[in-house]
Amino acid sequence: MPILAGKELRIVGFLCNWCSYGGADTAGVGRFSQPTDLRIIRVPCSGRIDPLFIVKTLLYGADGVLVSGCHPRDCHYGQGNFYARRRLEALKRFLPIIGVEPGRFEYTWVSASEGQRWQQVVQGFTEQVHALGPSPASAVFGACREIPDEKGGPRVAV
Amino acid sequence: MSPFETLKEKIREALPGLDCVIGWRQGFDPLHATPFFMRAPEDVEKLVWSPLCVHNLSTYLPSFRGKKVGIVLKGCDSRGVIELLQEKLVERENLVLFGLPCSGVADLTKLGRAAGDLDRVSAVAWDEAGFTLATPRGEVRVARRDALADKCLSCQFPNALEADHLPGDPLPPATGPDLGDEELAALEAMAPADLMARWAAEMSRCIRCYACRNACPMCVCRDHCIAQSRDPHWLSQEDSPREKLMFQLIHTMHLAGRCVECGECQRACPVDIPILALRRKMNRVVRELFDYQAGLDSQAVPPLFTFQVEEANIKERKW
Ligand code: SF4
Ligand code: SF4
Repeated sequence: MPILAGKELRIVGFLCNWCSYGGADTAGVGRFSQPTDLRIIRVPCSGRIDPLFIVKTLLYGADGVLVSGCHPRDCHYGQGNFYARRRLEALKRFLPIIGVEPGRFEYTWVSASEGQRWQQVVQGFTEQVHALGPSPASAVFGACREIPDEKGGPRVAV
Repeated sequence: MSPFETLKEKIREALPGLDCVIGWRQGFDPLHATPFFMRAPEDVEKLVWSPLCVHNLSTYLPSFRGKKVGIVLKGCDSRGVIELLQEKLVERENLVLFGLPCSGVADLTKLGRAAGDLDRVSAVAWDEAGFTLATPRGEVRVARRDALADKCLSCQFPNALEADHLPGDPLPPATGPDLGDEELAALEAMAPADLMARWAAEMSRCIRCYACRNACPMCVCRDHCIAQSRDPHWLSQEDSPREKLMFQLIHTMHLAGRCVECGECQRACPVDIPILALRRKMNRVVRELFDYQAGLDSQAVPPLFTFQVEEANIKERKW
């Protein structure tokens, strides 16, 4: 993405296995070009996402977090995204009190067939986070350094 | 007979059938009451009831689970009991609830600010208008508004909401300023980066004693708290504001839809970090979204335990 070249930010996406991860795949297969700031973590269901995953991600260095699951009524497990919606909405309204701008966290629904829509979501969210710039967390709490984990790979720590 | 004397009589009558009755007694100095576990009828003489009975004793109830116990309750404390009942962490048939109408408890931090040094206060007295502290510099008078806990100034539930005994006339809700709201408004007016920096500065004083957690009636995991678990390893032992704030956010998130806003977390904090603001904010969000307050109805379904297919107050955003 030329406009964003050279100044990538760190955006973490939590995607449900059944819809949004498939949607991202569809976008890839369709070769829709997307900004590359997003790092995807696949979870079984949006209902699996503990809001603390998002809090921790934001506090420990991410500039933005995107959650995407199946559309309401389409949950593979029936109800996971209904519970998720309540938690995520509560979290979204809460985050500003710790100094996280509202735009750094969004949640949405993308189905496995919506490759085009996935591209728009990623594009839109990446632009939104870029408009906010780097998160204040790194400046306030210090950058996260990398330490090797038990298996030898790099792991982000305090 | 005063309501308090009536209550003592009721406790004496009930004690033989109970493991203990939890109340307060005079603590180690004039300014402190301390939790008190009455086991014999003669213990009841030492029970005290005053604006120094700050502790929310419902915190102790889950540890007596399965035993028959009694407990003395202010209005706010009763919400803790109701929430514990709702979560099936205590059994109603094992509890005898002794409620008293409460006109507010002192905030020792505020009194300390007025007195200079709380440790050197040799006597305290109170009346309708305020508190009088005997200090080495002479008598210090603190107006009620400047002495009571914030929650008491705007208390909506001064009488125990669930009680087996509630002697005396119920008190009307308080009509004072909502200082918690004012505090939130001031925080929300700050620029995000400044606000985050402020939390970092506040949290840098935290000594990770977990008193906030231990005082909280709804923090019931005890030895299984994820703050101390190594697998998953949510928090390291590193002494940084980031880890400390993360702990506060764990507490806040785990209390979403459960916090009864008793303020014990902040009261217990030995370094006076204003952590209640985080819980208040979450409570406000829960109220906005789900029209729900914890600790009012033991039969209610907690908001994060349920959903509506079409949520009344959540609008789908265009993404
Ligand atoms: S989080 Fe604080 S205010 Fe809420 S129930 Fe626990 S101790 Fe009370
Ligand atoms: S009571 Fe205060 S110092 Fe202790 S862990 Fe909680 S916030 Fe930190």
